[in-house]
Amino acid sequence: MSEGKAGAGGRLKVYLGYAAGVGKTYQMLLDAQEAARTGVDVLIGYFESHGRKDTIAKTAGLEQAPRRRIEYRGGVFEEMDTEAILRRAPALCLVDELAHTNVPGAGREKRWEDVLVLLERGIDVWTTVNVQHLESINDQVFEITGVRVRETLPDWVLKRAAEVVMVDATPQALLNRLRRGVIYAPDKAQRALENFFKESTLVALREVALRETAHEVELRQVTSVAAGDSGSAYETATPPLGDGESGAGEGKDRILIHLTADAVMPLLIRRARRMADYVHAECYAVYVENGSWGGRAAPERRAEVERVLNFARNLHIETRILESADTARALADFARLHRITEIFLARPRFRAWHILPGRNLIRRILREAPDIEIVIVAERHKPGA
Amino acid sequence: MKSLDDRRPDPDHLLRQVLEEERADARRERLKIFLGYASGVGKSVRMLDEARRRRVRGQDVVVGAVQARHGPELDALLSALELVPAKLVAGREVVDVHAILRRNPRVCIIDGLAYDNPPGCRHAHRWQDVEEIVKAGITVITSLNLQYIEEERERVEALTGKRVTETVPKAFLYGADEIVVVDVPPESITARAVETGGSPEEVARRLSALRELALLLTADVVDRQLEAYLEARGIDQHWGAQERILVCVTPRANAARMIAAARRTAESFHAEWFAAYVQQPEMSPRDHQVVEAHLAEARAGGAGVAMLDGEDFVETILEWARAHRITQIFVGHSLRQGWWNRLTGGPVARLIRAAEGMDVRVFPH
Repeated sequence: MSEGKAGAGGRLKVYLGYAAGVGKTYQMLLDAQEAARTGVDVLIGYFESHGRKDTIAKTAGLEQAPRRRIEYRGGVFEEMDTEAILRRAPALCLVDELAHTNVPGAGREKRWEDVLVLLERGIDVWTTVNVQHLESINDQVFEITGVRVRETLPDWVLKRAAEVVMVDATPQALLNRLRRGVIYAPDKAQRALENFFKESTLVALREVALRETAHEVELRQVTSVAAGDSGSAYETATPPLGDGESGAGEGKDRILIHLTADAVMPLLIRRARRMADYVHAECYAVYVENGSWGGRAAPERRAEVERVLNFARNLHIETRILESADTARALADFARLHRITEIFLARPRFRAWHILPGRNLIRRILREAPDIEIVIVAERHKPGA
Repeated sequence: MKSLDDRRPDPDHLLRQVLEEERADARRERLKIFLGYASGVGKSVRMLDEARRRRVRGQDVVVGAVQARHGPELDALLSALELVPAKLVAGREVVDVHAILRRNPRVCIIDGLAYDNPPGCRHAHRWQDVEEIVKAGITVITSLNLQYIEEERERVEALTGKRVTETVPKAFLYGADEIVVVDVPPESITARAVETGGSPEEVARRLSALRELALLLTADVVDRQLEAYLEARGIDQHWGAQERILVCVTPRANAARMIAAARRTAESFHAEWFAAYVQQPEMSPRDHQVVEAHLAEARAGGAGVAMLDGEDFVETILEWARAHRITQIFVGHSLRQGWWNRLTGGPVARLIRAAEGMDVRVFPH
């Protein structure tokens, strides 16, 4: 258990939903009104009304922080003014849309980074997010909706939360609200109906959100015994790799991801990370540098590899680069040394697939590491594709 | 075989269909249940707030039953709503089904779904009263606590140590048109729950376990709705909203290890899992026994079990996997035998190549 900030830091509470209009902001404001009544110093740090009257009514009596206006490419954008909030230093700050990407020039790239700053300074934060923004289920959401969600939230941010609450509404109620124009203006509503607001999509996303919340609740049951601190992290922490392995973690699953420059890497990394989170496994990733494209890698290839490594690191996976001319052997040796139980690989491309048995990576790893399971992850498709 | 695209209606058509059905649904009878994991989570407030909003929108709403114990927040909501008073039978409040049917509103609120009626009433249980009212074309909005669901009773009792006698069958929940989970963090209700005993930590842990059960139960109900929805429209999607694991059982594979891993993984994900065997024509009685034993083991561990017929192992398994929205296939691979044939690849290689949108986990042996 990583307890990097035990005792210090604000408490994070996340209102999790599965679509616009389920009532996340409404519920958050309702609870904030209650907190304010009991004397808590509440500040609305950033609030997205979408013009919904019921929601706006719930802000009555609550102080709102000013927004920061940022000019970018001839337009003026409004972002949360984190520095103003820090100066005002409320006990509790409300921040809508945790997965939001700030406009360039705002200081931090993502709103969740702003939220982490507030937490660090001891401010409690309540925030809202939809389940489809979670990094680990990006591919599943793509399968369900056909939409590739770009604004993603690393799962470990959610795990920083002391509480995750599901804000539930039925798809039928949502569709009714949409048609009454409560959620979006009419032209936008029509577009919304065509992807995220199809009933089958809503039902599926709702199930995903329910299961995700149940998982978050379960994680906190397991760890609250040991941690006992409300502001603690619930992340499945991966201890740093040593050279040669200690005897710790016997019987635990240990997952190794084989990184390449393949386009399906994000999917592979997300699948492995998700598996590790659920089975409480440690998760590592290695890239094997073998100069197979002619000595030193071409610069663009290098940049691609660097991107993949960064992607893994952002999901809190410890990464390594190994130098070896024999990928299968390097993976097998590494796996043995670190007592890996499962190796995650991307599905090989058709062309590279057959012909020389000696070059078949899966087969060679099976041979080199006959007691380790191999998981081959295939790309996910859009519905109807 | 038809391609997947043939069976997939175009989005515009689907949208029209959804909207049409929704319009029809507005007239159809409906049952909506607010599910909570403990008393005090705020089910009644959510329910009556919906009643209030429906009234504001012009719907004809009455209240057929309220909980005896309630605070000022509920009083305020109730004061704006019409009440069909309960009858007193043998000193207990009973929903006046007859009066509600006569009044014939569009929507009726009935709190406390799990109550039993005293002898001499129309029905032994309140949920049967609700069933009758819904059948008469009146929408019923009702509330239920997790602990009163028959099939969850034992698990809840193990957590709370409290015995309940009045229960509602799970099938009633599955039959509901809508189910909403009322989720709040345990800390908002612990003050009240402390009455039921234990240290604050124990109470928090207990409530958290109940909360998880309620969320997963709702997810299961929603999953059934999704299946029904896709089936009714002939939509053949092989994605699902949850993980589904399939173990390929063969006489040779180290099925015991695969089954144990599948079971453990399924438990972690609260996922469904299956074990399937593709029947081989020239199987020895001994092999047959081995397979049977593996399948029995899987069944005992909670797996769905399938004996499949098909000429080709890979095609048969994958067709079944797609139909059951499998996300992970577990398969054994013999290092000694020729399962992985040299050049073209044996079944495992072919399976990996053809398993679109699924993960294949290979267990060497």
